[in-house]
Amino acid sequence: MRYLPLTGDDRSAMLARIGVADIDALFRDVPQVARLNGPVDLPHHAGEMDVERRLVAMAARNLAAGQAACFLGGGAYRHHVPASVDHLIQRSEFLTSYTPYQPEISQGTLQYLFEFQTQVALLTGMDVANASMYDGSTACAEAVQMAERITRRTRSVLSGGLHPHYAEVVRTMAADGHEMVSLAPSPQAAVTAEEIAGLIDDATACVVVQSPDVFGNIVDLAPIAAATHARGALLVVVVTEVVSLGAIEPPGHQGADIVVGEGQSLGVGLNFGGPYLGLFATREKYVRQMPGRLCGETVDAEGRRGFVLTLSTREQHIRREKATSNICTNAGLCSLAFTIHLSLLGETGLARLAGLNHAAAATLEARLAQIKGVQPLNATFFNEFTLRLPRAAAPVVEELAARGVLGGVPASRLWPDDPDLADLLIVAATETNTPADIERFASALAEVL
Amino acid sequence: MQSIGRPTQPADTIGVGAPATVLGHRGLDHEEALIFELGASGRCGVDLDTPAPVASRLGPHARKAPVGLPGLSEPQVVRHYVRLSRRNYAIDMGLYPLGSCTMKHNPRLNEKMARLPGFADLHPLAPMSTVQGAFALMDELARWLTTLTGMPGVALSPKAGAHGELCGLMAIRAAHEASGQAGVRKRVLVPESAHGTNPATAAFCGYEVDPIPANAEGRVDLAAFMARLGPDVAAVMLTNPNTCGLFERDIVAIAEAAHGAGAYLYCDGANFNAIVGRVRPGDLGIDAMHINLHKTFSTPHGGGGPGSGPVVLSAALAPFAPVPFLVREGDGFRLVEEAAAGAAPFGRMAAFHGQMGMFVRALAYMMSHGADGLRQVAEDAVLNANYVLASLKDVMTAPFEGPCMHEALFDDGFLKDTGVSTLDFAKAMIDEGFHPMTMYFPLVVHGALLIEPTETESRETLDDFIRVLRTLVARATSGDTAHFAAAPVLAPRRRLDETLAARRPVLRWRPPALDKAAE
Amino acid sequence: MLRFSKDHEWVRVDGNTARIGISDYAQSQLGDVVFVELPEIGKVLKKGAEAAVVESVKAASEVYAPVGGTVTAVNAALVDDPAAVNADPLGAGWFVEVTLADAAELDGLMDEAAYAAFVAELG
Repeated sequence: MRYLPLTGDDRSAMLARIGVADIDALFRDVPQVARLNGPVDLPHHAGEMDVERRLVAMAARNLAAGQAACFLGGGAYRHHVPASVDHLIQRSEFLTSYTPYQPEISQGTLQYLFEFQTQVALLTGMDVANASMYDGSTACAEAVQMAERITRRTRSVLSGGLHPHYAEVVRTMAADGHEMVSLAPSPQAAVTAEEIAGLIDDATACVVVQSPDVFGNIVDLAPIAAATHARGALLVVVVTEVVSLGAIEPPGHQGADIVVGEGQSLGVGLNFGGPYLGLFATREKYVRQMPGRLCGETVDAEGRRGFVLTLSTREQHIRREKATSNICTNAGLCSLAFTIHLSLLGETGLARLAGLNHAAAATLEARLAQIKGVQPLNATFFNEFTLRLPRAAAPVVEELAARGVLGGVPASRLWPDDPDLADLLIVAATETNTPADIERFASALAEVL
Repeated sequence: MQSIGRPTQPADTIGVGAPATVLGHRGLDHEEALIFELGASGRCGVDLDTPAPVASRLGPHARKAPVGLPGLSEPQVVRHYVRLSRRNYAIDMGLYPLGSCTMKHNPRLNEKMARLPGFADLHPLAPMSTVQGAFALMDELARWLTTLTGMPGVALSPKAGAHGELCGLMAIRAAHEASGQAGVRKRVLVPESAHGTNPATAAFCGYEVDPIPANAEGRVDLAAFMARLGPDVAAVMLTNPNTCGLFERDIVAIAEAAHGAGAYLYCDGANFNAIVGRVRPGDLGIDAMHINLHKTFSTPHGGGGPGSGPVVLSAALAPFAPVPFLVREGDGFRLVEEAAAGAAPFGRMAAFHGQMGMFVRALAYMMSHGADGLRQVAEDAVLNANYVLASLKDVMTAPFEGPCMHEALFDDGFLKDTGVSTLDFAKAMIDEGFHPMTMYFPLVVHGALLIEPTETESRETLDDFIRVLRTLVARATSGDTAHFAAAPVLAPRRRLDETLAARRPVLRWRPPALDKAAE
Repeated sequence: MLRFSKDHEWVRVDGNTARIGISDYAQSQLGDVVFVELPEIGKVLKKGAEAAVVESVKAASEVYAPVGGTVTAVNAALVDDPAAVNADPLGAGWFVEVTLADAAELDGLMDEAAYAAFVAELG
């Protein structure tokens, strides 16, 4: 039992000081009916080598994205993470510390949170950002609730380009009696202000628009913001591929009131869906309605700059049933990974990374369009686009996988009940895709079709 | 006025003389500017190729202005974050006795396993035929969790404890809806000593929160509980062991009464470490309980996350578990993303299927300890806490009779008339090289100090800790209030002005010129 | 006429107008006030309803209306200078003014002497 320091002698001496005969005496408040007399029916303890062997065997049964040509997106993107990121986040002082409630001995965490908040605000073009949420989808649900608190309204409009899993989370988290109006998914083109405007009424708290949307289309946000604000509602913009903000106009410059995003692309990795990193940014005037932790600058007793968690009266441990959210733990270490990765990139690195992603996707789209029966749908895109195939996309993806190509996400995976979308394939390309990957994908797809 | 929360810190602190240095560094403790103050344009910490020239497909949406990020080389970035890291306390450095947080050792084998490309480099929407090993791992984790808790169902997707609470309460709400009782069951009973997340969660789900008082023994007042119970109660939310570190002796009676009244019993599993392997919550009559993998099962806290909060469910609640969930199909697994036959999922908690990185770590930990080792974990955690309680109760004041479970609770009675507050006392521990305990929680005790040593502390460390606390108590009662009012003086920062931070919030860095313009 | 509630609010009545704030004891218990949330003018408050929210660094408290009435004025200066609640709780630190709905509601409140005794009891 390598993780347990107490010896038999320790235990005896400690029981003696406590003044009880045995360990069972310390469990005497447990009702007799619920006391287990021995270990439950599970394997007994094992050494490192044994555990490693068993887990490596499980891992070996999977096709890692790096073993294939990977073109999967749909809310999670494969990017190269510099080696120093993973090294630094494994520093004991970051990895094994708690939430920075004692600021005198948590300045490391607090300062990077302040840097993270600043980076997110800069990227999104907003005034302020919080210290992270669980992931993009939960941040999106929190944004809708925040808009409802600010406007004191109970109806929200969800664009058809919003990732359907995000929309489901928003609906799941909706308060009793609150109405969520969803537009139908429209892969051909980004949602327009005209389509949205007709759905906004005086009871509407917010309009939620994803850009680039789930099909990859880039949305013209400014007219949507104008139409939204004209009815006193707020515009929530969702960004699931944060690298896109290196190449396209940030939502904050186009009238967004709240910007939420999935930060997984920078520093975090794929991780089979989690842990990920929720980004949440808003306007200064709404800061007290914002959920989640916030780090702020102050001074210590000697006048030196320092950082603390602040405005915590919004949170559950103070406000209890009146809190803005029940969120407690966030995604601290993932926000550190994000911050380090973005610090390494800097202005020029981010622009170049975004450029590489866009170039890879544009090259791929042009190449796949040459295949007979393949119809590209997007007018605009960043690093992800949608193809109409001559037959259902789901079996095509399985056949591609058998050829070592993870060739995109079939729309039927995201909308299992919508037969109209069954022949759509959502494809992403990133800086990790080589020209050889692109050629491999194209020839495999041509072969399968 | 209804006051909640803990008091602010006193403002007056006393300066200590430290030799002035040119750059403000103090030996190994380096002052470090913000990353934005370090960069220069023209530097970059990554080498990326120039993008191939392609016709832009961005339409009219190309970025017009720079982001405003600094440029740094790799060594500068590495040094910056290493310097910052050295300004944090960590469990790898010493005892981290935060009550209700279970700061135990985080094994590095877990980290190594979570980074296997066969787990870490998997896309959540990869074809299911290519990720059967990952599904098998999730299924194996589910087997351990359901066996350890004696409960048949589990929802893996919640991303943290509070998220798990939400999931559990939503399952309960869905069960009441299915039986046509949602309209009448409007109240949730929550003990006064509960974690803040409990009432926040219940309120979030649209329930009226009805607090249950504690009795003189620090447990739920059974008579008061019975009086509050009625046909309009949807659920009871208990923490067991509770936040006073005590086992709720009447839990079985509470469960039976709740079930008799048609309500469900939710258990906050934050304190599962005290009973893992020795007590199955299912045997206590619990219907739903979240498990903080980052507490009981050793996944690192990471400075405030990411966590993971799977929820185990009784047979009555299991059908309402959210999507996605795994089902066996042939000799493999399929991930169900939509409502299916035999299930009535209440919805979806998050975009994907949970904190896979944490699942791998937790399973590596469980396999390492095994059923026998996990039982020993609970026993040693309880033993360590009782050892601390027994070694300090003559000089500090324990509000309730022991034995305690995994954490020892004291109130500030021993500081009465000393002029030293709980906060001052805790801050003095920092100078002694220890992280303070949880303070001012639970709220049912005045000036609470809640100590959870966990099972991964040696007796020698506990003895050091006890010696420090006994010495500090003697110092406080001898009238040396100045020492406590000034503390800490040996940390990278003295006490920080939280009032200034809240009155004039500065939540981000701004370039100096813009900053001036904003004023 | 100055009256106090058991929840540590005060109400000063001048004709039909009642001005409401929190007591010196209340501000000392809260510590440094950092934020005040005030109701909208025109809002109708019942006796005992939440009239405002006052936050210190580590605590948030509701200010309950000791008497019912319609809000006619709020102390907007507190938004920029919440410290006034600490410095002068019975003067510049007032929160709201209401038109008194029912003068009989004052009957259950304490005068200054009774309130001082009440606070002394709290220790």
